[in-house]
Amino acid sequence: MPTQTIIITLIALLIFSYFLGQKRSIAVSSINNGRRDLHSRPHYYGYMVAIWAGIPAVLILLLWTAFNNSIVTSLTISTLPESMQTQSKDSLGLVVNELRNLADSGQIADEADPIKREAASHYQRLQGISKLAKTVIVLVVALLGMIYAWRLINPELRARNVVEKVIRVAMILCACIAILSTVGIVFSVLFESIRFFEAVPPSDFLFGTKWSPQTSIRSDQVGSSGSFGAIPLFVGTLLISTIALVIAVPLGLMSAIYLSEYASKSVRAFAKPTLEILAGIPTVVYGFFAALTVAPFLRDLGESIGLSVASESALAAGLVMGIMIIPFVSSLSDDVISAVPQAMRDGSYGMGATKSETIRQVIIPAALPGIVGGILLAASRAIGETMIVVMAAGLSAKLTINPLEAVTTVTVQIVTLLTGDQEFDSPKTLAAFALGLGLFVITLLLNIVALHIIRKYREQYE
Amino acid sequence: MSDILNTVPGMPSADSLERSEVKPENHRSEFDVEINGTVGKPFVDNAKMSSRNCNVFYGDKQAIFDVDLDIGNNEILAMIGPSGCGKSTYLRVLNRMNDTIPICRVEGEHTLDGEDIYGKKTDPVLLRARVGMVFQKPNPFPKSIYDNVAYGARLHGLASNRSELDDLVEASLIKAGLFKEVKDDLQKPGTGLSGGQQQRLCIARAIAVDPEVILMDEPTSALDPIATATIEELMDELKSKYTIAIVTHSMQQAARVSQRTAYFHLGKLVEVNETDKVFTNPEHQLTENYITGRFG
Amino acid sequence: MSNSTDIIRAGLKKRYAREKRFRFFGIVSLLISFAFLLVLLFTIVNKGWPAFQQTYVKLDVELSEDLLKVNKDSDEDALYSANYSKVVKKSLQKMFPGVKGRKQKRALKNIVSNSAAYDIRDKVIENPDLLGTTQSYWFLAKDDIDVFMKGKIDRHLPEDERRIKDYQFVWIDKLIEEDRLEKRFNTVLFSNGDSREPEQSGLKGAIMGSLYTMLVTLLLSFPIAVAAAAYLEEFAPQNNKWVDMIEININNLAAVPSIVFGLLGLAIYINYFGVPRSTPLIGGLVLTLMTLPTIIIASRAAIKSVPPSIKEAAVGLGASKVQVLFQHTLPLAMPGILTGTIIGMAQALGETAPLLMIGMVAFVAEVPNGILDPATVMPVQIYLWSDSPERAFTERTSAAIMVLLAFLVAMNLIAILLRKKFERRW
Repeated sequence: MPTQTIIITLIALLIFSYFLGQKRSIAVSSINNGRRDLHSRPHYYGYMVAIWAGIPAVLILLLWTAFNNSIVTSLTISTLPESMQTQSKDSLGLVVNELRNLADSGQIADEADPIKREAASHYQRLQGISKLAKTVIVLVVALLGMIYAWRLINPELRARNVVEKVIRVAMILCACIAILSTVGIVFSVLFESIRFFEAVPPSDFLFGTKWSPQTSIRSDQVGSSGSFGAIPLFVGTLLISTIALVIAVPLGLMSAIYLSEYASKSVRAFAKPTLEILAGIPTVVYGFFAALTVAPFLRDLGESIGLSVASESALAAGLVMGIMIIPFVSSLSDDVISAVPQAMRDGSYGMGATKSETIRQVIIPAALPGIVGGILLAASRAIGETMIVVMAAGLSAKLTINPLEAVTTVTVQIVTLLTGDQEFDSPKTLAAFALGLGLFVITLLLNIVALHIIRKYREQYE
Repeated sequence: MSDILNTVPGMPSADSLERSEVKPENHRSEFDVEINGTVGKPFVDNAKMSSRNCNVFYGDKQAIFDVDLDIGNNEILAMIGPSGCGKSTYLRVLNRMNDTIPICRVEGEHTLDGEDIYGKKTDPVLLRARVGMVFQKPNPFPKSIYDNVAYGARLHGLASNRSELDDLVEASLIKAGLFKEVKDDLQKPGTGLSGGQQQRLCIARAIAVDPEVILMDEPTSALDPIATATIEELMDELKSKYTIAIVTHSMQQAARVSQRTAYFHLGKLVEVNETDKVFTNPEHQLTENYITGRFG
Repeated sequence: MSNSTDIIRAGLKKRYAREKRFRFFGIVSLLISFAFLLVLLFTIVNKGWPAFQQTYVKLDVELSEDLLKVNKDSDEDALYSANYSKVVKKSLQKMFPGVKGRKQKRALKNIVSNSAAYDIRDKVIENPDLLGTTQSYWFLAKDDIDVFMKGKIDRHLPEDERRIKDYQFVWIDKLIEEDRLEKRFNTVLFSNGDSREPEQSGLKGAIMGSLYTMLVTLLLSFPIAVAAAAYLEEFAPQNNKWVDMIEININNLAAVPSIVFGLLGLAIYINYFGVPRSTPLIGGLVLTLMTLPTIIIASRAAIKSVPPSIKEAAVGLGASKVQVLFQHTLPLAMPGILTGTIIGMAQALGETAPLLMIGMVAFVAEVPNGILDPATVMPVQIYLWSDSPERAFTERTSAAIMVLLAFLVAMNLIAILLRKKFERRW
């Protein structure tokens, strides 16, 4: 049975067990004194039976599906001749892939190599056994669970407590998914990065100034090892993010000040959501806009005043990224400016300060920590932004701080290294994970510091 | 039910006042004394500030009804009354602090030295420099003590160089009675001081601009008794140079510091008289009820 | 009046000028932001608008049995595999006799899209009696013709600077003269999957892909997020290290760059658990992790706003904590939770970067029919089209953006309406 059919059967079984449990509870209680005897309402008994039938079966199904392939593969490998098992990981992976394709295509008989033919049919056989076993085991476990729970039912059984306990545990598990995903991120980037650093020394990666990950196929070719100096990427990322912040911080901050201190209620009611539209536009749209409109415009503008601007200049990407994070800066600044107590403003107005004097000399200094926190969050957003730079910044890893030239960024390189067909284990793809690790660590630090500052700031005025 | 409503302190609404007037005789409580104009002596000869027909509205709600009042030169006028009676609102009328509240509307004639303070020619910035204000909760800026006091002087360009500014800051702190305590810590943040010190810092800050009138909105309500006593002494010294209007919750404080006392009730000015008279022999029934502690 | 009053008065003019300037800067920065928004939207709409129309060519096709080597009695397989492009070519040659040279002949064939042959095939299979007759059909025009008809090619440019040569203009002029060229509403955009030929490419594959991906995301993230939010708000012990840790993780996840989630999807879901790449399933799994923090944070706020008095009343009547949650708190918090969910889904719908890592960037011509079919999604389709060199893809990219934005606007409107309708003040 394919997995989908198993799931549908299972669902039907669960519904059946619900009614079975409900009926049973009514039946056992009406023997003495009718239904009032039951500890819980009948439907809780139904749920309980369904839980007993469902949870173990689903767990087995999940685990089986998750580990089926790796177990079957390793069993297949163990039947291969010694010589094939001991070859390098890469070529072993190739062989396994070949066997899999062979088994799936159903044309095993056409294969010339008898060892492979044998292994492929072995693989096919194992998969068949596994599938059958999965169906039988899952459904039998479900039935056993159902019968066990059915036999448990008696009027004193605290079905509601059991059901609620399960619900609570399920809720805790859901809450823990947040931790699991962080762990997942750390593991996925860390392990691959460690493998990368086995091939390329960390010092080369962190301090090298030459980035050309194109490893060649023949080992005797020039530059076959590729060079993985990430400095140009970091500098490029920094350059574009700086341009973005230089645009977004003044505009966002001044917009927030105007909206919170000057604008009338009706202007605010219109302007705030309008500004937030900028935040809701998908980044791929900004990327398209940057590549198709802003970059050519800047190039032509540069030409007309005698500057040579690259058609994929850092300026274009940074500019558009700046627009994207304006609402980010403005809404965070708005929050912290509104948190400055009215007493501060009153104190300043009461001395005869004008509005702008109050804003510049009292409100901004008072809100500064919060604003700095907001800017750090915006910076982390800019550093991690991908689509705008993928579409509007170049691929050339040039080490420059000239905003009119093309640069590349960490995120662009991750995308470039991981899209397209390549062996997963090459240093080229592993480099993407090392870059991802760097990106994750930097943004994580920025976020932690920013959130800490903002929380401290809020506490100050609470 | 409406009896209780009318005696509950809080923002009065116009219609609840009306309702109290048409109440049947047998339900009349002792607080339901009608307020027909102000009794006592609201006017003085040497008025520094004066108001005629002052009405204040918050949106549709009227907060102050037809107040006529003078504040004499170099006197301390205390304003008392239950919460929400409009005394703080009236105080904020006098230096146009109500301008910062968009829904607030002020009517009537208000003058400072005979000049209309709501007139077209009058500048609120200049007015607020001449009529300083000290608030209920000490609100030093998140700056150093020195910068707090120098704030107004810097804004208005009152000191032409650093040493003049230093002198001004020192003089203001001395006048506010704070200098001895902070003279070594002038660069420390003003928010690090104790509550009483903070309030004196705010007074020093207000004095530094060299105002003519100082408005104080319950300046000691957030302070302990010792700090309160210090501030009260300070007010006594200040009155020789400044005209002071103080809103206070504490009748004892009004009795201790002021020459004249005004009693507000539900947005109306009930009685103004010499402080001694108000506290020993009030003219109006409501004033008596209040100072004898029957409500408030 | 004292001395200081005069000093203050003297400085007032300057200070008010500064005040005005400051205020002006505020307005200007707000206006700049708006101007950017307007330019962005205008550019997209201006570029994308023409793509909702498509040029069609009318050809008189002689369905010659000799040329097709089939007749009315042939079986369906034979009808299916007959060479219909021959009859298209023939009809063009008949209309424009005397075209010489391979280059020109090829250009002639390229007046109509190669989908013309499939159109004829479908019609013949449906009705074999058409064989032997001459029919006139409207076919999709090739992208270059379409671009010209929309006025994007200037025929006054020197010949080698434009995509359409002089001899092609002769044909086009003749077609226009005979009313054989027409612009119609572009149904292909909504009925086809992706294609290498701009005039045949449509969004249906991407829309369906997005739909399936969003379905997976919704089915996974909604229950998990609500359960997590309910636990953190109603059951979690206060000042517990573990709970703090969960909260910190949720906040940080909300700020992790989206591309990192792509790396996670690639390394863990695909390489470790063997989830098939390029499918809505893997896309939904990755987007779930990104959407969770948004929905959790919104749901917590909604649950928090349910007044404790209601919960206490229920507890007082003997309800258990779980019963209170399911019978009172969650139903009352549902509008807020749904609003947060819709906003989270809108974010997920516009997300591109992580999907590039997990193979959803592959060229998929087929419209997906389930969560295990290879698929792409709308933003990725936009990325793919924007990368294509053909001129006609530029306007299609903008049109795709307009469709995507329309979906997003609709979702946000629903969220706003929901909030307005069920907004409750306790």
